[in-house]
Amino acid sequence: MINWKVILHIAKTHLLTKIKQTAIASLGVTFGIGSYITLVCFMTGLNGMLDDLILNQTPHVHIYNEIEPSKIQPVSVFNNLENSFNIVHSIKPKLSQKKIHNAIPIIDYLNSNSNVRGALPQIKTQIFYIAGSIELGGNLTGINPIDEARLFNMGDYIVEGSAEDLYNTDNSILLGIGIANKMALKIGDRVSVSPINGGNFPLKIVGFYQSGIADLDDIQSFANIKTVQRILGKANNYITDINVKLHDIEHAVPLAKNIEQQFNLKAIDIKTANAQFETGTTIRNLITYAVSITLLIVAGFGIYNILNMLIYEKMNDIAILKATGFSGRDVQLIFMSQAMIIGFVGGILGLLIGFGLASLIGTVPFQTEALPTVETYPINMNPLFFVIGFSFAMFSTFLAGYLPSKKAKKIDPVRIIRGQ
Amino acid sequence: MSVVLEAKYINKYFKKPVLFHVLKDICFNVKQGEFTSIMGKSGCGKSTLLYILSTMDTDYDGELYLNNELITGRDRQYLSYLRNKHIGFVFQFHYLLSEFSVLENVMLPAKKLAEKSLQEIEYDAMQKLKMLHIDHLSKKRASRVSGGEKQRVAIARALINNPSIIMGDEPTGNLDSHNAENVFNIFKELSEEQGLSLLIVTHDKDFASKTDRIIQMGDGKILV
Repeated sequence: MINWKVILHIAKTHLLTKIKQTAIASLGVTFGIGSYITLVCFMTGLNGMLDDLILNQTPHVHIYNEIEPSKIQPVSVFNNLENSFNIVHSIKPKLSQKKIHNAIPIIDYLNSNSNVRGALPQIKTQIFYIAGSIELGGNLTGINPIDEARLFNMGDYIVEGSAEDLYNTDNSILLGIGIANKMALKIGDRVSVSPINGGNFPLKIVGFYQSGIADLDDIQSFANIKTVQRILGKANNYITDINVKLHDIEHAVPLAKNIEQQFNLKAIDIKTANAQFETGTTIRNLITYAVSITLLIVAGFGIYNILNMLIYEKMNDIAILKATGFSGRDVQLIFMSQAMIIGFVGGILGLLIGFGLASLIGTVPFQTEALPTVETYPINMNPLFFVIGFSFAMFSTFLAGYLPSKKAKKIDPVRIIRGQ
Repeated sequence: MSVVLEAKYINKYFKKPVLFHVLKDICFNVKQGEFTSIMGKSGCGKSTLLYILSTMDTDYDGELYLNNELITGRDRQYLSYLRNKHIGFVFQFHYLLSEFSVLENVMLPAKKLAEKSLQEIEYDAMQKLKMLHIDHLSKKRASRVSGGEKQRVAIARALINNPSIIMGDEPTGNLDSHNAENVFNIFKELSEEQGLSLLIVTHDKDFASKTDRIIQMGDGKILV
């Protein structure tokens, strides 16, 4: 039978009479957990930002027609030369169309797949921006602005104007900020673009695009798909690329393989395209966890130390308690409950401090060219971190309390009473 | 009169630093209401015997009966319960929990036993303190009272669960003659008026001579 009321009463009295020691022990936990929460919120926030930098704009599967030489040259097909030795010099890529054949049915097919969040058509083409007698080379991509904003967070990279403006205005263009600066253009101006095969199309500027990568912002602009089709003089089934966003990124690899086999197109999944990036993310996560675990272990040792000291100081009390009828287990529970109370109080305070510090960091201005929409340091306040932090506070104080309390349990009262 | 505590052929060895036979075939009993003292020279094993009788030391051969119940070989949990309920202790040094008030020190064993409500325990504790004339100290911290008072608090604590026997390891050894006299009178009163059994280890000849029965020990044996 365990008399919790008495045990907790004794534990409470011990803790309150040694309030300084208790406070120091709890502060050990508080700082450990607080810095864990701060660190992990901040680091995962930064990691998330870096991930978004690449992943948000990147389709999970990118489908296009690759220009490449035929894998089987005609000479190998010719039976009469089957067993002879042929060399074909200077193989040229096969002339094939840039557009995806039957693109619209393929998009419909992909959209009907339950793993797919959305499949968006794009037209990529090279153009010249014409400013007086100067021609600047660049890329124009035809998009569905509303869907791009919805699935690929395009809105984050539009520094002036909006995706809706692009969608609503006929013959409009979302100009890369680099070009706009070079040509001293502002919203509402017109810019002439010329496709490679000639012609001159004035487009109205409805916004500026800034990806954060200067080289890209110097050449890249966006327009509605229809506008680009008109500039190129193509039919409205002319689509060069399909970008697929999935619900779960893990399905990217098998889906890309399927598409390649089924439609005879090139399909690049995000993992292949960003292999180094994946490695970077893994390593950053590894560092985050290594540092957090170190912090928590240090806090745990602090508690162990203080409880150990407490038990040495309380040897006499332990002997008396045992002599007056408290069992070894009661004594162990007294010290365990002290440890757990320290862990609980320190843990809760740590969560609050961590929350406060993380929120504070979240208000510190952080401006970067690379991310026009980010204004303060990114913070990832995942409730899971708080659960982990608190559980660890309880777990580590349990361990830190367990060993000294086990010692208290085993203390022989006779030896202490007779030792004096 | 019924026998409260009985020891049969108790042998005890110290294994470190060298094998040493401390207690040799100890046989005796304590009857109800008997005020017994154990005397002997330092190192004759009287304290060792007391701690075996107290159930705190379980490393011995022989048999020990408390209220005619064999308690040798019982598990520690049960022995703790027995100590709590049936045995009261008074040590040479006062051994109070210094961070608790006098009243709390007295109440603690009863709280552990948990046979009574908190109000009853508090009432009982105040009764014991009154009986020992220290009720005015009840709210003081145990570390703030004098030596003689501490010893009386320890006696009150030993009495709180109305034990079958009170054991003392030189309870007056650390007190001046006035306080020692005082403690002796309390013990005497308890033995005569409440029929409590007492077993006191002492060096003090005057103290021992006033008890009902003296057990003389020498070289690990009972002499008289």
